[in-house]
Amino acid sequence: MFKKLPFILMTLTFVLVLAACGSKNDAGTEGAASNGSGEAATELSGNILAVGSTALLPLVEQAGQKFMAVDEYKNVTVQVQGGGSGTGLTQVSDGQATIGNSDVFAEEKLEDEAKVKELVDHQVAVVAMAPVSNKDTGVEDLTKQQLVDIFSGKVTNWKDVGGADQAIVIVNRPSSSGTRATFEKYALGAKMDDIQGSIQEDSSGNVRKLVAETPGAIGYLALSYLDDSLQVLKYEGVEATVENVEAGTYPVWAYEHMYTKGTPDAATQAFLDYILSDEIQQNDVTELGYIPMSGMKVKRDAAGNVVE
Amino acid sequence: MNNKLKPRRPLKEKHYWEEWTGRIYTSICVVFLIVVMFSIVYFVASKGLSTFFQNGVSISEFLGGKTWNPTGEPAFYGALPFITGSFITTLLAALIASPLGLCAALFMTEIVPGKGKKILQPAIELLSGIPSVVYGFIGLSVIVPLLRSIFGGTGVGIAAGCLVLAVMILPTVTSIMADALSALPKGLRESSYALGATRWQTIYRVIIPTTLPALLTGVVLGMARAFGEALAVQMVIGNAPHVPTSLLESASTLTSVITLSMGNTTMGSVHNNALWSMALVLLVMTFVFVILVRLLERRNRV
Repeated sequence: MFKKLPFILMTLTFVLVLAACGSKNDAGTEGAASNGSGEAATELSGNILAVGSTALLPLVEQAGQKFMAVDEYKNVTVQVQGGGSGTGLTQVSDGQATIGNSDVFAEEKLEDEAKVKELVDHQVAVVAMAPVSNKDTGVEDLTKQQLVDIFSGKVTNWKDVGGADQAIVIVNRPSSSGTRATFEKYALGAKMDDIQGSIQEDSSGNVRKLVAETPGAIGYLALSYLDDSLQVLKYEGVEATVENVEAGTYPVWAYEHMYTKGTPDAATQAFLDYILSDEIQQNDVTELGYIPMSGMKVKRDAAGNVVE
Repeated sequence: MNNKLKPRRPLKEKHYWEEWTGRIYTSICVVFLIVVMFSIVYFVASKGLSTFFQNGVSISEFLGGKTWNPTGEPAFYGALPFITGSFITTLLAALIASPLGLCAALFMTEIVPGKGKKILQPAIELLSGIPSVVYGFIGLSVIVPLLRSIFGGTGVGIAAGCLVLAVMILPTVTSIMADALSALPKGLRESSYALGATRWQTIYRVIIPTTLPALLTGVVLGMARAFGEALAVQMVIGNAPHVPTSLLESASTLTSVITLSMGNTTMGSVHNNALWSMALVLLVMTFVFVILVRLLERRNRV
């Protein structure tokens, strides 16, 4: 009896693994069976895998849950994974993922132009960023030039930009980050090199913690991460608010993209439409700190040109 | 009589069957393991080497270059800051953790063998069960502010990194050292005591010298763990791609730069390949650590 135990356990493990692999399909058919009332013929079904940007992850995840709860889309499974914008774009253009989530235009990430042309851009929300500093710096407003001087290392003390006599500590994102790319492109206007002694963190929570606690620290965060522990800096005298972003007076923002390879299939299209529907845009999008697409009075293309 | 004979035959066949299922099962597992191992090595090597052979980054620039700016024009792929960062943090962590681990192991095996082991061993095993994110967050919330208030500056840097790492590798170091010490033949201790040596003399003149290779194995394995640890270090070390000039200055390790950038780069780009090259460096270093451990074990036997 006991000699057999390992084999029994092994077999059980395999059975469990196989069952886990198959469980999703089982759930799907079950749902279809119980859903026999009315027009069952036009029901959508399929698996959607959305991979990429961690900044967009909460929205897609929440929208995905809601989407699957809708009666019509019971047979559609939405899976959401993080992994970063680069991973998202790679996987969608290789066909491994249905949707590639990205913080930046595919043109800015993918080197192969042919691959970019295959992708279809679906912009689902806007994210705005604000420069933030530690509370004791005595500065509330920075111009573009002052920010460039700080992030390029030309100015190393807050007193040179009208603040307290304190050394500046830069809390940056890694050079490959989409947030950093957006901040550099629209707030600074140029790519910056990493400065010796600067800090790099990739999670917004850690950036907020470090900026709030480190004397003389400066960084940048998405609007949803701003709170009272930080000094939110005005950019060229303009406050980082949703209204200013929508009106086009505050320039440091970017689209959140959901790329598909070619035209999406019916289920994917339904999911994308669902995210752009009023229900998600007016509730979840604003709730999670993004700005809805519908409110934007300006548009921007991959090259950064703003049009009304 | 007949009844006694009959069940024997099926039993024999059953044993035969058991023997073969066991063999087949273990062979499948072994083949699977070997395939997985070789495919991982092949994958990392092919990705990592394509930086040099396909993208034309020179190996000397990669290993010796001080500038890391893969998004710049022109791009620089110097990984020296990360390699030095990894080595400094690993060495310092081992330097802090080894004496602590040795003392804990001696306490458990030599000084208070009964109670010490009962209390200390589970406590140390508990340490190894804490996820590294938690260590990182503790580092960020406790060690970084502490260093900031003592030494000024940001508190983020190599010092914070190696303190966090030292705590993380302590269970590995301690448990391997304790195993080595308890494996020591009792006769050695007893003859030392019989000669009139005190406990301290026995520990210092007999136990430590005879078990030294095994003790070093613990240190090396701890270093291997420290070298490969990513998440906790990434949170407290600062990750600026520069060779640091002081312990309190922001620096990067190979692992921290890989975890920070891998997801944001696209597969096949030079930047991505350069990160794989760093993974290859880590892999090679792990091989070196394994070889070191093997050599130490061989010396131990003689």
